[in-house]
Amino acid sequence: MLNASLKELSAALAQRKISSVELTRLFLERVEKLNGSLNAFITVDAEKSLAQARAADERIAKGATQPLTGIPVAHKDIFVTRSWLTTCGSRILSNFVSPYDAHVIERFNGAGAVILGKTNMDEFAMGSSSETSFYGPVKNPWGQAYVPGGSSGGSAAAVAARMAPAATGTDTGGSIRQPAALSGVSGLKPTYGLVSRYGMIAFASSLDQGGPLAKSAEDLALLLNAMAGFDARDSTSVERVAEDYRRELDKPLAGLRIGVPKEHFGEGLAGDVCRAVEAALEELEKLGAKRVPIGLPNSGLSVPAYYVIAPAEASSNLSRFDGVRYGHRAKEYRDLADMYRRTRAEGFGAEVRRRILIGTYVLSHGYYDAYYLKAQKIRRLIADDFVEAFKRCDVVVGPTSPTVAFKIGAKAADPVQMYLNDIYTIPANLAGLPGMSIPCGFGRDDLPVGLHIVGNYFSEAKMLNVAHQYQKATDWHQREPAGIQP
Amino acid sequence: MPLSLQEVQRIAELARIGVSDAEARAVQSQLNDIFKLIGRMQKVDTEGIEPMSHGQDLELRLREDIVTERDQREQFLSLAPEREQGLYLVPKVIE
Repeated sequence: MLNASLKELSAALAQRKISSVELTRLFLERVEKLNGSLNAFITVDAEKSLAQARAADERIAKGATQPLTGIPVAHKDIFVTRSWLTTCGSRILSNFVSPYDAHVIERFNGAGAVILGKTNMDEFAMGSSSETSFYGPVKNPWGQAYVPGGSSGGSAAAVAARMAPAATGTDTGGSIRQPAALSGVSGLKPTYGLVSRYGMIAFASSLDQGGPLAKSAEDLALLLNAMAGFDARDSTSVERVAEDYRRELDKPLAGLRIGVPKEHFGEGLAGDVCRAVEAALEELEKLGAKRVPIGLPNSGLSVPAYYVIAPAEASSNLSRFDGVRYGHRAKEYRDLADMYRRTRAEGFGAEVRRRILIGTYVLSHGYYDAYYLKAQKIRRLIADDFVEAFKRCDVVVGPTSPTVAFKIGAKAADPVQMYLNDIYTIPANLAGLPGMSIPCGFGRDDLPVGLHIVGNYFSEAKMLNVAHQYQKATDWHQREPAGIQP
Repeated sequence: MPLSLQEVQRIAELARIGVSDAEARAVQSQLNDIFKLIGRMQKVDTEGIEPMSHGQDLELRLREDIVTERDQREQFLSLAPEREQGLYLVPKVIE
């Protein structure tokens, strides 16, 4: 059951081979056994989960089920969840029990899924290693000396270690795809606007997008069916007819045009990652796809532009954490200004403070045009590169991350080195395009490598088709980390 | 042009984040590394390029000007670190 696909779990529940309570207990036991070493979850509440499982079992007994009814799902601790502690990995929300549910949580609850717990993450989703959490770093299930990637590192580690059949994440610059790659699971960042941001604690609102992490593309399609959809409470939610993202899974890849950007195979790409990605491209060709060389000439500017736009939006979004209405407030202070300064100095960790400072500076008087406006123009150039590319190909394929997982602590003192992890993933966020990562082999120290697939706007079904066909022909996604010591 | 220590302290004050001199010095060199990375943008000619402010060029929706939220005053207030008589409490601002 720990290795079963969502389709298999759904069938087992429908045929009463297992109840949701039994299934939920199984995963809760697994979490209890492994979380002490992996630190993938911030909050687990067996009683709440089992109450939902009992309700799901009643629903199954009545025959009123949906595909996810009774299946436990772990949620990144960025999605506010009614009556659950919701910390966003931060001390400043260490006492925040949400009075309402995020749209994503409402969707999973409505589908009858069970909340398995809240997963660990980089503080306010700012990081690529899940080390900046106030609740301690997440360990990579493939080697506990390594980071799982970030910011959705708890969700990725939970799925990799089979502590959860599926999980949710968010992706602002690669925070679903990069941890999926480094932890050897599949993850999808949808087109901007497809999944509502309501109740998803904001980092950079023009880039943030929620999405699923799971063991396979087929599972991702099922999860996206539940997550996607219009929500009037998110002003950038797109109004579209509901889709079944499974509809193209079984289409053959004959004639598929795969764009391969030369800029993503140059300097900085590790040899082991390059070899695994190259082998994956050959596999896709065997399946009938054609390679098309493309250029994304402004891709190299994505990290600089991102580190203006994301901190600028973050500095504005995070101004709400002031110790007045909710969250942590400093114990001692002289006056109101001093209360703000101390509350925010104590409540935010070093990386979050750093990004707020960058954002405050680039938006400050006299610097706006040179930084923020400039970055927005570069953002246009990056988006236009993709417009050109998609005239000649159906999907863009390359490496998700330049290296396999690095050691915990290796880049913590050097922000610029950490930021460059997301060099291949950031362009899709800037352009608003959907992107995903699937396992495609192993590199140094037997650590997983991720294959990055970027599609045109709203082409999730096509991307999932490519990923599923690849996963039917290979078994990288079925490998699981051996010998996780509890 | 690298940020001076005074500038770092000024930014921290604008952001309402307390920093000690030692912290300001530590963050100063990191910020300068980051701004060196960001500085790569300046070499690019962006004359006449339309700025892109969002993931897609969406038009924002309009809605009827009606109350859509229900009153949850008590529930929301109960989350506040300090409150009194239905109000949020902060240190005295006006003498």
